Amino acid sequence: MKSNMADMVFEGLLRIADDNLILGHRTSEWCGHAPTLEEDLALPNIALDLIGHAQTLYCLACEINSRYKNEDQLAFLRLEHEYKNLLLVEQENGDFGNTVLRLFYFSTFMKYFWERVKIECCFTKLKEFSEKAFLETSYHSRYASQWVVTLGDGTDESNLKMSNAIANLEPFLGELFNNDDFTEMCSQNDFLPEPTSIFDSWKNEVKAILQKGNLDFPDIILKKRGGRKGEHSEAFGYLLSDLQYMQRAYPNSSW
Amino acid sequence: MNMEKGTEKAWDVLKDLTDPELPFLTLDDLGVIREIKRNDKNHVVTIAPTYIGCPAISVIEEKIASELKKIGISPIIEKSFSPPWSSDWISENGRKKMEEFGISPPHPRKADTIGEPLLKDVKCPQCTSYRTEKVSEFGSTACKSLYRCLDCKEPFDHFKCV
Repeated sequence: MKSNMADMVFEGLLRIADDNLILGHRTSEWCGHAPTLEEDLALPNIALDLIGHAQTLYCLACEINSRYKNEDQLAFLRLEHEYKNLLLVEQENGDFGNTVLRLFYFSTFMKYFWERVKIECCFTKLKEFSEKAFLETSYHSRYASQWVVTLGDGTDESNLKMSNAIANLEPFLGELFNNDDFTEMCSQNDFLPEPTSIFDSWKNEVKAILQKGNLDFPDIILKKRGGRKGEHSEAFGYLLSDLQYMQRAYPNSSW
Repeated sequence: MNMEKGTEKAWDVLKDLTDPELPFLTLDDLGVIREIKRNDKNHVVTIAPTYIGCPAISVIEEKIASELKKIGISPIIEKSFSPPWSSDWISENGRKKMEEFGISPPHPRKADTIGEPLLKDVKCPQCTSYRTEKVSEFGSTACKSLYRCLDCKEPFDHFKCV
């Protein structure tokens, strides 16, 4: 691989891996705290899937950039500005409704993202990975959509909480669909699809589910952004101190 | 399972290895070991993880490596996601064993779907009743969902159709 191509693939893998790692970490915070035992099994299982996706993508990234020895270095030993995840995934969980709504937004996006990668990605290893990732994110999207409908179409209180969750997450959705110079380069090189090219499929599905739950589809305008450039929100620092604690306190420790 | 000539010895060792999370099933029953090949110096063993984040995978890799080492083979183990592992790859024997151990085996997958089962009814592995209901999409591990039987009232795991 030529060096500028390698840089592009490395950066592209990091963006997706970081989104999955950070949302996986947030989702894992529910372990032992979910409202019922069934959800206490479901959320950590989804967290495990997300972290598994991140791990595989970090491994691919390490094969390309020899600066990093293994996936743990990428997951645990980078500085805050070196993480390229979306602001959406690093926000605090909020209540259960807010958590499942964010999962629904993200996994539905990833489902269509992987579907495209499966068809058009020139990087064979990622293309192969996307076949499996597509199946798993479809499952997450279905799980989360059921809760969005159940809570939206539930009691006045649960509907109010879901409406609040929609308002709460709205400022972060613009970044999910924001094209930049990098995404354009990835798309021109048949590496990754442009985020905007996924918008219509995503919108149709999300709108239909929200409607079923008597909820309004939010305005999607670019409001808050910065994650892709490594500019994060305050919540991210606290998240990292928790996520990185073991490797910082006991460098190179392993299971 | 695809096997290249000259890998019989390796297969002899690997065919009885069991899954860490479902210890009554072999990796062969589950269809996790896909291929054994030889290149110049090494054996290359290809495995298909049931789930990308399956925590059993590293244990499985270690098991394969340590068993082969005993017969003087140091293998290269490769993970394959294409085609993605499917519950359709679980052998008849594996399904039977699953039921004996109280896990309802997966239904065959409907053609051209992503994990839509051919049949909807799930049989209780305890009392064989079909009057059962899904309690949660996720059970004790990512590959299972949680059901309960409306006749004998017992909860049970159903292996997901993937």
